[in-house]
Amino acid sequence: MSVSAAHLGGGEQQQAAAVEPPQKRGVTGYILLLPGALWLTIFFLVPTITLVSTSLYDPAGSVETGYSMTWHWQNYVDGIRDYGVQFGRSLVYALLATVACILLGYPLAYAIAFKSGRWKNLMLVLVIAPFFTSFLVRTLSWQLLLGDNGFLVETLKTLQLLGPDGHLLATPFAVVTGLTYNFLPFMVLPLYASLEKIDPRLVEAGHDLYASPFTAFRKITLPLSMPGLVAGTLLTFIPAAGDYINAELLGTPTTRMIGNEIQDLFGAGAYPVAAALSVTLMAVIVAMVFLYVRRAGTEELV
Amino acid sequence: MSTLAYRGRRWFSDHVVLIYAILVLLYMFTPVFVVILMSFNEPAARQTYQFDAFTWNNWTNICAPFQLCDSVAVSLKVGLLATLVATLLGTLMAFAMVRHRFRGRSAANVFVFLPMASPEIVLGSSLLALFVNAGFAGVLGFWTIFLAHVMFCLSFVVVTVKARLSGLDPRLEQAAMDLYANEWQTFWRVTFPLVFPGILSAALLSFSLSFDDFIITNLNSGQTVTFPMFVWGAAQRGIPPQINVIGTIMFLVALALVLGGELGRRRRQIVR
Amino acid sequence: MAGSDLVLTGVTKRFGAFTAVDDLDLTVPQGSFFALLGPSGCGKTTTLRMVAGLEEPTAGSIRLGADDITTLRPYRRPVNTVFQSYALFPHLTIFENVAFGLRRTGAKKVKPQVEEMLELVELGQYGGRKPTQLSGGQQQRVALARALINRPQVLLLDEPLGALDLKLRRQMQIELKRIQTDVGITFVHVTHDQEEAMTMADTIAVMNSGVIEQMGSPAELYEHPSTTFVSNFLGQSNLVAATVVEKDEDHLLLDVEGSRLVAPLARAAALTGRVWVGVRPEKVFLAHTGSETDDGSNVLRGAVVTDVSFVGVSTQYLARLPWGQELMVFEQNTGARLSFRTGDQVDLHWMPAHTFLLDAAQDATAGVEREVAE
Repeated sequence: MSVSAAHLGGGEQQQAAAVEPPQKRGVTGYILLLPGALWLTIFFLVPTITLVSTSLYDPAGSVETGYSMTWHWQNYVDGIRDYGVQFGRSLVYALLATVACILLGYPLAYAIAFKSGRWKNLMLVLVIAPFFTSFLVRTLSWQLLLGDNGFLVETLKTLQLLGPDGHLLATPFAVVTGLTYNFLPFMVLPLYASLEKIDPRLVEAGHDLYASPFTAFRKITLPLSMPGLVAGTLLTFIPAAGDYINAELLGTPTTRMIGNEIQDLFGAGAYPVAAALSVTLMAVIVAMVFLYVRRAGTEELV
Repeated sequence: MSTLAYRGRRWFSDHVVLIYAILVLLYMFTPVFVVILMSFNEPAARQTYQFDAFTWNNWTNICAPFQLCDSVAVSLKVGLLATLVATLLGTLMAFAMVRHRFRGRSAANVFVFLPMASPEIVLGSSLLALFVNAGFAGVLGFWTIFLAHVMFCLSFVVVTVKARLSGLDPRLEQAAMDLYANEWQTFWRVTFPLVFPGILSAALLSFSLSFDDFIITNLNSGQTVTFPMFVWGAAQRGIPPQINVIGTIMFLVALALVLGGELGRRRRQIVR
Repeated sequence: MAGSDLVLTGVTKRFGAFTAVDDLDLTVPQGSFFALLGPSGCGKTTTLRMVAGLEEPTAGSIRLGADDITTLRPYRRPVNTVFQSYALFPHLTIFENVAFGLRRTGAKKVKPQVEEMLELVELGQYGGRKPTQLSGGQQQRVALARALINRPQVLLLDEPLGALDLKLRRQMQIELKRIQTDVGITFVHVTHDQEEAMTMADTIAVMNSGVIEQMGSPAELYEHPSTTFVSNFLGQSNLVAATVVEKDEDHLLLDVEGSRLVAPLARAAALTGRVWVGVRPEKVFLAHTGSETDDGSNVLRGAVVTDVSFVGVSTQYLARLPWGQELMVFEQNTGARLSFRTGDQVDLHWMPAHTFLLDAAQDATAGVEREVAE
């Protein structure tokens, strides 16, 4: 029997190796992966590539006559020239909606995680429940809520917060409200998942070490909930930027977003320009996501 | 400072977040209340959308508006089929990604994440570009909708099941093996029952995503009309109150499923 | 050698570059209560998992009686495990948890057997509950019942009491010992708690860095530690540097900073040159400096009391020797002994028979617990 020096600094209870999930080698993994991966390849990857190539087709073609690849970069220039305004508007609306979602969603997620006690599950169900009523039907009900004869407009007029000819419906406000409403659960759920993992004793330790409630939140809770905040922001911003339902149902022609234009161009058969706009939207989003994730300093997505 | 004032402030600061949260929940439910209310509306004029008079008619004549019930049937069919396929493929993928070693694992993670991170308009237009280029522009319809729905549901299934699976204590499976269960028995008696709630919620999520999808479907549906497309069309012409009946039914069914599951879980814990 | 001793021969386990278990030879006699004791990361759990079949050895063989079980799948071994934190199946009732193994092996009359086993662990009326509805101590007993009901040839226990509070742990130690005596199955118990190992086991193997430092009965290990690690990990020891100056048939004469000490040859792990002289703190007595000793005790003179802690049954002193080293002295509070205060000048006495010698090449602080045990 050999004798060694001081024992390995025993900090943790047991070796980490003991509780890691067993990962099997061999072909089974590939076989399990194959059908799904194939599906995503054919119906996501290949289409994306097709979309990029379509965006470079000669815009003179049509569905009937077919398109020819002419590396027509002009499609991008045309698209941005003609629809730059809608582009900017989409990003601004999506940004406003995301900020509104954070302002509404963070306290809600926080309350569910730390203040709800035995009502936690019920509150979670309540967050998801409105989801099950059709997206479009709910959006339509905002038409009624924000309508000129609606309770909200009447109240605001009585309070003199809205002029006598003021509207809520068919304004940018209505569109942002709709976006905020529709994507709020996407903000709340990842935030909740992140907050729930935080040991409340960490915050107590913060208070013990002379942090005011605000400082404790800023220095402890907020940084620890960052992965959820990042995921929630992405899950809100991305679909909001591409949405056109809210702009169509709650807005006017002056609130049209890029999604409306892409949809209409596809509907009209102007595939190359529509594709160019889609690719541009995707590129802008990828760039913004990349910058945001770098700034937020988290590598973990979802 | 008096104790009472201090206590009052203390109570308020303790509960202010909770009160705010309840207000936000109310905000989230307001449109649902409107939907339920409007399902009992007898509209006076076709174009205005407001509550005029109470009636049971919408509930007794759900299928009165042309195509409404057909569109619901299409949505149900697509939803069920897409859920089935997406749940199956996604669960297999999740198992592979958590339990097996393979090359390109981080690439696979990104690959699964990307469809969730793409705006629907981009996903939909990509698929349309593919179908048109492949010469399928004329056959857009039920099956192209199905293909698209499986695609975007798949990622959500993988993420949901993966989360459940990686939260599973590997010692449970080791304990089963130690207690004379072979690999097959271990899977079906321990692993699967424990992962099943994750698979079930993935399936529920898939179904609601599929049933609710408009943007992708609209681009790839041809002449087929799903329920959201019916609503969209109706919104341009005048909204039949029956769509609120459908919305209310969906809400109630989903709520019953979720609450029923929760109650069942609690009862099983208490009774036995 | 009995019919189904557990024999490990040359067992080695590497995880990448890390060697968790290094060329281990071990024989666990049938029917014994055997403890593998060591600090976190010493390889004891890995050893246990190899016996259970949850890890495959990189080299070496594991035999149970006449059968080589080295590469046998876990469900083919007549070995069951009580897992750390129990690993009870959360989706099954207590009854079904306990019945799990019997159902897999296709045993007949499952119900009466399970009921009998639940009675044995005093959980008769809990069969219908789910694991989460039980307390930690109850869960621990379910885990035990679930393993024992299969009548394994060897029962493996991986820190089975680690999650329980101190009082419950003491109670369960006695309970486990009783059950082991009743059923007569070989128990292999992995723990980092030396008191738990000493209370329960017939034989303890002290593991450190993948190898067994020493093996023997609790008393043997305590009275005759063969390495500094064992002397410090099991209980506490005072180790003082010394030089062997003379040797006769039964004794060694030592020099410690000019003082002459005697140690029995039978308790010497090192015989020449530089050595560590060891003595357990409770074997040492304090006396006012200069007081005469009658019987040829070992004496270290001129120490100063630097710390006094009263712990009820005993008083624990720290005494600083002239060359700066501090030794621990535990005096029983029998009322017959003098008490001392900080700053008192004292001599340290102990019987030569209580002296042991260790190899000076070893680290005198090896095995000293750096963190407080739970």
